Amino acid sequence: MTIANVLLVDDEVPFVETMTKRLNKRDLQVSAAFSGAEALEKLGKERNVEVVILDVKMPGMDGIETLREIKRRHPLVEVVMLTGHATVETAIEGMKLGAFDYLMKPCDMDILISKVGGAAARRREQETKIVEARIKEITMRRV
Amino acid sequence: MNQKNATNVAYYRSLTRNIVLVVIAVSITPMILVSGLILYLYQNSYRDKTYAYLGEVVQKHKQNIDSFLKERLDDIRFLTRTFTFEELSEESFLQDRLFTFQEEFGPVFVDLGVVNERGIQVAYSGPFKLGRALYSEADWFKKAMSREYYVSDVFLGLRGQPHFIIAVKENWKGQSWILRATIDFLAFNTLVENIRIGLTGFAFIVNKDGEFQTKPLFDVAASKNIYLDLLHQDKAGDKAVHIVERYDAMGRKNILVADSLKEGDWLLVCQQSYTDAFADLKKALRWAILINVLGGLAILTMAFILSGRIVKRIARADQEKNKMDEQIVETGKLASIGELAAGIAHEINNPVAIMVEEAGWIGDLLEEEEFKKSSNLEEFNRALKQIRTQGKRCKDITYKLLSFARKTDPREQDVQLNELLDELIALSAQRAKYGNITFKTDFQETLPTVMVSQSEMQQVFLNLINNSVDAMEKRGGVIEIKTRLEANEVVIEVKDNGPGIAKANLGRIFDPFFTTKPVGKGTGLGLSICYGIIKKYGGEIEVHSVPEVETTFRVKIPLSMDRPDRTSA
Repeated sequence: MTIANVLLVDDEVPFVETMTKRLNKRDLQVSAAFSGAEALEKLGKERNVEVVILDVKMPGMDGIETLREIKRRHPLVEVVMLTGHATVETAIEGMKLGAFDYLMKPCDMDILISKVGGAAARRREQETKIVEARIKEITMRRV
Repeated sequence: MNQKNATNVAYYRSLTRNIVLVVIAVSITPMILVSGLILYLYQNSYRDKTYAYLGEVVQKHKQNIDSFLKERLDDIRFLTRTFTFEELSEESFLQDRLFTFQEEFGPVFVDLGVVNERGIQVAYSGPFKLGRALYSEADWFKKAMSREYYVSDVFLGLRGQPHFIIAVKENWKGQSWILRATIDFLAFNTLVENIRIGLTGFAFIVNKDGEFQTKPLFDVAASKNIYLDLLHQDKAGDKAVHIVERYDAMGRKNILVADSLKEGDWLLVCQQSYTDAFADLKKALRWAILINVLGGLAILTMAFILSGRIVKRIARADQEKNKMDEQIVETGKLASIGELAAGIAHEINNPVAIMVEEAGWIGDLLEEEEFKKSSNLEEFNRALKQIRTQGKRCKDITYKLLSFARKTDPREQDVQLNELLDELIALSAQRAKYGNITFKTDFQETLPTVMVSQSEMQQVFLNLINNSVDAMEKRGGVIEIKTRLEANEVVIEVKDNGPGIAKANLGRIFDPFFTTKPVGKGTGLGLSICYGIIKKYGGEIEVHSVPEVETTFRVKIPLSMDRPDRTSA
């Protein structure tokens, strides 16, 4: 099993490409999107995405908007915000909106991996909880 | 800058001059106008009064003299009416009459004489031996024969002494005869001589030809023409008293008051020097001038002192305004540079991130087996490491640039600066130890808290401490940090005994991008960020440096309640 199934969203194509390669090499399942809209579309199709790495500053639909939409449509998907320093406050706002954490660009690969890992773990934990809850519910019903 | 100063000096000088001129104009002009007007009116009325007085005096004396002459004439006429030619032709009788007159009037009548139709003096009584004198060619005789009586001008006559004659014609047995009396010149003279006005006023009588009929008290012979002139004027004019102002031969101004006597034959002239007549006026004028001059001087002094003070104050206000303008410009500059920096930082951030990622990717690839054998593997790794290091430096720079424009945590809270500084010292202690730098603190225990952003304060003081550490890293030294409450400000001093700041650089150390560190070592943003932060809280940051001795950064932060309301950034 991979560390996590990740969707990387950033408008900087070379950054996304290189990042994808590097993350792939580190046992992450990575798909890429170059805009908020594309990310939402992909999330709709690929149900197994656990963590979204989301750049805050993007043309068109920006990070915060995308985040809000993701959380609305897919509440279980964890989001790690990626930001330059100018948007730290935006990142903080994102955390309030339910993002798992934020990272500053350029980021250290190890930190990124660990944070993504943490996010994935939480996602899985929550999934487990949900499953357990369902089982409980079902068993309760039986009783 | 010098030129600017020069124009300023010229500006303030002209400002001073204008104020002085205005003050002088508005205060001296009315003073001069009022005093001038009053003096003018006073002078006019004073002159009118003086003239009226002089005129009165002259008129009174004229009446006196006229009546004197008339009375003497009446005396003689009385004789001619009362006594016959024969009676009077007797010298002893004549002598008796003369005595009677002299007893009655004093020595006014000098002599009496009876002259017949042919001009022969048939009888004479008097101190001179003038019996049988022949007057047929005498001017007075001719004139007396042609009318009833005649009063002559003063002349020397046969006796060689100034005198004048009263002659009365009478008929006896178809023949005309004349009774002639000589009036004592001295007696007559005293009549006129006694007319004195002021110190210099005196009177005299001139005849139609301008000859003196009495002896003037002062020598005025040189100015005879004036009296002739006056005489003509009188003839042309009416009976009223004439008053003129004339300059005499000596160039002195005199007032001449004249009135006709003896039915226009003579002129009684009263002369007084102008300065004497108007002595009081002159005195008043002198006082007025003195007061005006003193007042003017006082006004001048006041004008200069006042305008000097005003302009000095204006200059100071201007200077303060300039300083404020400079600060506003400085703040604006910092703000705009901050915005620019933020933009650049963000733009640079992405490419740098990509570069670092690419380098990371190469690094990932190098770990694959096929490259392990490469002889250049070591070099590759070194180059990649360098790229990463430099990428991180770029990140640091952009980080500083961004924090310059946008504060990391701008929330304000009560911050105890003593604690904050302690933390920072602990943070820097490790690095300082390597540089053989020790910290010394002198905190005021009772320092109140200030309402500031914790992270911003950390940034400011960390920056100052780091600068000191950087400066002393090579030689070691002491960093002294003091806090105290001064009036309504918290004052924090960070002092080191490092190499100091060159005088030429002192004015620029708060400018963004100004750094004395070698290229690549410093961004030149640290102090300008500090400056921006401290200014934001209405505080001040100053630097004093004595090269090779010590450098002190003094930060003043006002207590929250004194801080003017700011719109939060």
